[in-house]
Amino acid sequence: MAEKRTYEIIFIIDPDADDAEVMRLTESAQKIITDQGGSITKTEMMGKRQLAYEISHKRNGIYVLLEVEGSGAEIAELERRMRVNDRILRYMTVRVDEDRRRAQKLKDRRARKAERRTKSGKAQTEKTETETDAEAEAA
Amino acid sequence: MSTNFDERESAYGFEREYERAGMPGRGPRRMMRRKICRFCIDKVDYIDFKDVKLLQSYTPERGKILPRRISGACAAHQRMLAEAIKRARNIAFLPYAAD
Repeated sequence: MAEKRTYEIIFIIDPDADDAEVMRLTESAQKIITDQGGSITKTEMMGKRQLAYEISHKRNGIYVLLEVEGSGAEIAELERRMRVNDRILRYMTVRVDEDRRRAQKLKDRRARKAERRTKSGKAQTEKTETETDAEAEAA
Repeated sequence: MSTNFDERESAYGFEREYERAGMPGRGPRRMMRRKICRFCIDKVDYIDFKDVKLLQSYTPERGKILPRRISGACAAHQRMLAEAIKRARNIAFLPYAAD
């Protein structure tokens, strides 16, 4: 449990809330995270946009995205608070560190492969050319 | 007898040509060209649920997830895509069901 996890928290605020209230809600969310020992790496106000379906009779919503680093305890606390707050229409937390690690791994592997290809290409250009031709045909 | 034989041969010849032509859309289905995964070509490692434009192109009018046989995505990317669409639905970026 000691390792750091990264989460994306996205929540929808009531469209009737004014800018000041949106700021207040966002700041209180940030405060809950930092109080619990987490850190905020990104805050993005995505603004008002239309909802794909009605949530508590509202057609629009103000989206806010937070990126948080921490142990997971602060997520539980924040979700508890958001659940009882009726100005927040919906929230969702996604753990992204694992997916990002996996994406990075795939990227690294691709880079290694490309490197190998260019190395062998210098030694025997003729062969790799025919190989790539065969690959293109197979695809 | 001989006329009968001639007829058979011509019928066979016609069938062969029909199959070779392939007739896209109406002919034998197995002639369809296999699609290659778009995400593999673009070297996509992660499909983000916030990318609404992209996800919308994989959810036709009813809001269902486009099946793999039509989207042409490989298994790994279709999984990522499905996960992203489901997350987007939860946060009202995409509809669960459209009328």
